[in-house]
Amino acid sequence: MLDVAKIRADFPILTVESYPDVPLVFLDSAASSQKPTAVLEAMDTYLRTYNANVHRGIYRLSEDATNAYEAARAKVARFINAQDAAEVIFVRNATEGFNLVAYSWGEANISAGDEILLTEMEHHANIVPWQLLAQRKGAVVRYVPFDENGVLDLSNLAELLTERTKIFSFTAVSNVFGTINPVKQLIAAAKAVGAMTMIDAAQAVPHMPIDVQDFDCDFLAFSGHKMCGPTGIGVLYGKRELLEAMPPFMGGGDMIRRVTLEKSTWNDLPWKFEAGTPSIAEGIGLGATVDYLTHVGMAEIHAYEQYLTHYALEALSEVPGLKVWGPPASQKAGVAAFTLEKLHPHDIAELLDKDGIAVRAGHHCAMPLHKKLGLAATTRASFYLYTTPAEIDRLVEGLHRVRQIFRL
Amino acid sequence: MDSSMYREQIIDLYENPLNYGELDPADFSYEEDNPLCGDVIRIDVRLDEQNRVAEVAWSGDGCAISQASASLLTEEIKGLTLDEVKAFPKETLLELIGVQLSMARVKCALLSLKVLKAGAYGLPDPEEIHPGHKE
Repeated sequence: MLDVAKIRADFPILTVESYPDVPLVFLDSAASSQKPTAVLEAMDTYLRTYNANVHRGIYRLSEDATNAYEAARAKVARFINAQDAAEVIFVRNATEGFNLVAYSWGEANISAGDEILLTEMEHHANIVPWQLLAQRKGAVVRYVPFDENGVLDLSNLAELLTERTKIFSFTAVSNVFGTINPVKQLIAAAKAVGAMTMIDAAQAVPHMPIDVQDFDCDFLAFSGHKMCGPTGIGVLYGKRELLEAMPPFMGGGDMIRRVTLEKSTWNDLPWKFEAGTPSIAEGIGLGATVDYLTHVGMAEIHAYEQYLTHYALEALSEVPGLKVWGPPASQKAGVAAFTLEKLHPHDIAELLDKDGIAVRAGHHCAMPLHKKLGLAATTRASFYLYTTPAEIDRLVEGLHRVRQIFRL
Repeated sequence: MDSSMYREQIIDLYENPLNYGELDPADFSYEEDNPLCGDVIRIDVRLDEQNRVAEVAWSGDGCAISQASASLLTEEIKGLTLDEVKAFPKETLLELIGVQLSMARVKCALLSLKVLKAGAYGLPDPEEIHPGHKE
């Protein structure tokens, strides 16, 4: 099993105190994770010793920057087992990946009456870009429902996924329930009706081995900052032949081959989709992130989080009146969204903060999911490779104190 | 542990709110939610002949801070003129709540005042301005 004490030494922030003598218990990694020293140093070294723009300069610094940035792309490609680094488009975050596909692929391929299939457990990033596309085109957005356990109800999939479905875009792991969806089964079902597939892997890539060729998905998006990497950098994976056929998303520098006053032609992949100076330090940081996670081992991280999730769900079940939403630990990634009797999640989160415990309170960018549960909000604790069982114990103690203060 | 933000009075008001309910008819009513946290507050006000607050009631759902704030505010404005209600300073409400609030929670504390003023100024229902605004 993963040596969590050794892992924690890699993350300088974990020694920070929330308040004097109140150590930080960071249980909000599903929103944004902490960064190991190796990632911070990779970015720092670039900024301090070879900071220059990429793909432009003839001089040494710029070449070094270009090499490091493109090496990061190759590392990411290997990490998700893409066939080719040209299939890895650097974007700001998963959200930008969805917008890129909805605009570029969507504008060219969606017409009035076409259907776009999502699920009811999607993050807003995988809902809103499709709604905007559907509004522009007169297309229809449909949703695969989830059941009372927060698991997709596939009993009516054949009615939802039909020849009218042009794309089925869904999350690999729910950011609220933690549900690990049957990605390969859903992709196979989409292929059977000729629909394209896009995977929201923002909560999957950080926590388990992901192989895009094994998935055989058309597109997949994730964010760097949820996987121990920097903010401002994310990845859109797309199959080469699809990306080749797609028009550019944003226009500007770096994405062109030739510009005249009348018209322009486009650069090769992946740069066709990377207009303007990119997030260079962050891209290089993402390369270091991938090295770090590979060194620890994605299978080991997943196994450790499975242990933590079992531990957490059992510990939380001892808090009277607390309900964790979503499936049992065996079908769940390291996320526990819960309610505590009628208490408002903001009150819970505020009181936990006084104990140094950072959790998220709100709808976690999944309003339709919460609406279906009849909730305005939940409190969410999420775990990562640096989370310890002792921190989960502190969460449970904190929740007992919340009950006391509210005289429950 | 410093839980001064949840001093006894806040918890008391959360358990036993003041002026909770609805008035029908009312001289003005307004309801608004904060979709980010799901807090929703409605305030109904009846005025007397001198345009003073004769009766006030609030209803809604949300966190302890927003709920306690609504109780304190509705208690405080009884007898005030419509103009005084319109000019009611947010600092006064924050003083009434009397606890140190983080920036994120000031919004919770001031939702009731925002609703009250929108009603006093006769603003249209937010749903009419931004259809689909309310979840």
